[in-house]
Amino acid sequence: MSATLEHPGAKNVAAESEPRGTEQVAGTKRLVKGNEALALGAVHGGLEAFFGYPITPQNEIPEILSGLLPSLGRVFLQAESEVASINMVYGASAAGHRTMTSSSSPGISLMMEGLSYIAGARLPCVIINVMRGGPGLGNIAPSQADYFQACKGGGHGDFHSLVLAPWNVQEMFELPALAFDLADRYRTPVFILADAVLGSMLEPAVVPDQIPPLRKVSKEWATVGRGRRAVKNVVNSLYLDPEVLSAHNETLQSTYREARREIRYDTRFTDDAEILLVAFGIAARVGLSAVRLLRKQGMRIGLLRPITLFPFPSDAIKHLAKQVRQTFVFELNSGQMVEDVRLAVNGISPVDFYGRMGGVLPGPEELAEQIRSRIGRGDSL
Amino acid sequence: MERLDIDVRRCKGCGLCVEFCPKHCLELGDGMNAIGYHPAELHKPEACTSCSLCAEVCPEAGIRVFRKKKGKP
Amino acid sequence: MSIEMAMMGKASADDRPATTCDDVECVMARPASMTDKLMHYCPGCTHGIIHRLVGEMIDEFGLLDHTVGVCPVGCSVFAYEYFQCDAIEASHGRAPAVATAVKRTDSSRFVFTYQGDGDLASIGMAETIHAAARGERITIFFVNNGIYGMTGGQMAPTSLIGQKTTTSPSGRIAETTGMPIGVCELLSSLKGVAYLARVPISSPKNINTARKYMRKAIRAQLENKGLGLVEFLSTCPVQWAMSPIAAMKHIDNTVIKTFPPGVFVDRVDPVDATSTPMPAVAHTGAEA
Repeated sequence: MSATLEHPGAKNVAAESEPRGTEQVAGTKRLVKGNEALALGAVHGGLEAFFGYPITPQNEIPEILSGLLPSLGRVFLQAESEVASINMVYGASAAGHRTMTSSSSPGISLMMEGLSYIAGARLPCVIINVMRGGPGLGNIAPSQADYFQACKGGGHGDFHSLVLAPWNVQEMFELPALAFDLADRYRTPVFILADAVLGSMLEPAVVPDQIPPLRKVSKEWATVGRGRRAVKNVVNSLYLDPEVLSAHNETLQSTYREARREIRYDTRFTDDAEILLVAFGIAARVGLSAVRLLRKQGMRIGLLRPITLFPFPSDAIKHLAKQVRQTFVFELNSGQMVEDVRLAVNGISPVDFYGRMGGVLPGPEELAEQIRSRIGRGDSL
Repeated sequence: MERLDIDVRRCKGCGLCVEFCPKHCLELGDGMNAIGYHPAELHKPEACTSCSLCAEVCPEAGIRVFRKKKGKP
Repeated sequence: MSIEMAMMGKASADDRPATTCDDVECVMARPASMTDKLMHYCPGCTHGIIHRLVGEMIDEFGLLDHTVGVCPVGCSVFAYEYFQCDAIEASHGRAPAVATAVKRTDSSRFVFTYQGDGDLASIGMAETIHAAARGERITIFFVNNGIYGMTGGQMAPTSLIGQKTTTSPSGRIAETTGMPIGVCELLSSLKGVAYLARVPISSPKNINTARKYMRKAIRAQLENKGLGLVEFLSTCPVQWAMSPIAAMKHIDNTVIKTFPPGVFVDRVDPVDATSTPMPAVAHTGAEA
């Protein structure tokens, strides 16, 4: 079970998808930077080939991998653009390798066409987005404004990536390995959605001393060169016949439905909660502090933190919505995840939202005050 | 011996083989194939030297060329 | 003796019986690395000839088992249907990036891209130049017919000055659309390029020259020398509004004035480079 899943509320975590390599392996607890943890986590998770283009605030990831991967005989390549990066990921994945790119919001936007092809061709890969403020060039401060882009497909066509949202450096280390496992299991791209604060923060985390040897995952569909295979393999997203493309889309959709068994979330103080706060990533860190503040003041409030943003823990939220008087959603955007929360709650109880944009990260006092002042105000819609 | 085997299923009647045959022994026939073209035919087989230029320019990779093995009586 | 009598058992890439006979031999046939599938190209389009040459090369070098082909967006979007090797369909222009990753992750693979001029020289120019600059060990077969054939005959980066297309109905004008891009001229300054040559697909003789160039471009990869690229001056009879024969003559009479054929870079057999002098890079943009 993931290190942060301390609460029994996280009971529907699928056991078969544990990030491996952290248990029974000698590790050292030390101060680790978030971006460093993502890079190391990916290598421990079997990353064979990395392609990326520099962009703040995630540059430690390619910087670390540029030394580490070649020393392990694996591939690091700084591409000429994010467009090239994602298409290199497409190629390496098609050839059967565990591959990844990392970027930040504007760079991720550039990758959206390639991502659609990856999803259409059913290729597994991992994409890290250390989100920054937008739109446009925006700034390099923490933001969660790319929730829609990551969770709702982002590129053209009906597709999804699976989306994982860490909230501390330990998860930044563990989630890449999980992401690779999920990507291979469902043949989908998997996002890790972090932000500028998580990427830059130093925190104690346990990192194994030894990098495990590569464990080759067999992919009978991969275009590795035909060898003695009786039929050739083709990696492709082109299906001119509408009925065939329709059937292909049905396959994709059933994959996303199947992936619902991978739903992960973390709950705190929800057993007796009358008020529910839903937040992910760094906002959930602020949220937990605000919950503790409000608990001291006598408010029975709990926190639900989705770890998988897609598939979304709708059932868990719906279940709690029957228990609580009101749900608050806190995000570093104009209100994106709140739409999924509202769909889950479906009017059972009011849902209110508080968000800050442009890279502003409010403190727990500000969030607590917002929650206190809004109680009983009802649904913000 | 037939020196050419023109795959009439593939032929799109482009005429390149007719044009480049140095012995002018090919022409587009009157018949129509399943994809609606008039396939090339070897109308002067006796003039064909198996030089393969027709197959070389055939955009359908649809002509096979045969010749007598050298050194045989 | 009839063909029917001679056709017994010899394997071929198409499903027709082949010939074996003591005194008859097959001197030219569809390459085994091609599939039997009927190609979708328009009558007289030179894509089919270049496909056959690619198939011949895979056969000749014995590369089928470890070849990965990367196909473009454009007329040759279905190229993977026509080859027996593993293949990847790339997004528009990104084949060199895709091929880069396939090769880098396992250098024992033979990786080629097959791209048109819109794909390689317009939307994918960045990927082309950077793959060349890095000296990726990939082989690029670049089919330049100076027009967007599949989308209906729009102006391409390689359309000739004066050439009428559906988006340059009065003929391409340099003042507003610039000059055609000479890909070989452009790439020849990059040290990562091991072999670079341009050949018109306009006659049996030139097709045979293409074969020689392709061998070198493949050797550039197999001998770990760098990127190899062969540019084929190709026809588009339908969008040029010419017969297939007139289109080939148009290449010889007109297209080569803007795109002079020849070997531009040869670091595979450097001796050859002196015996085959690099053509003048003068970019005349000659009249269409």
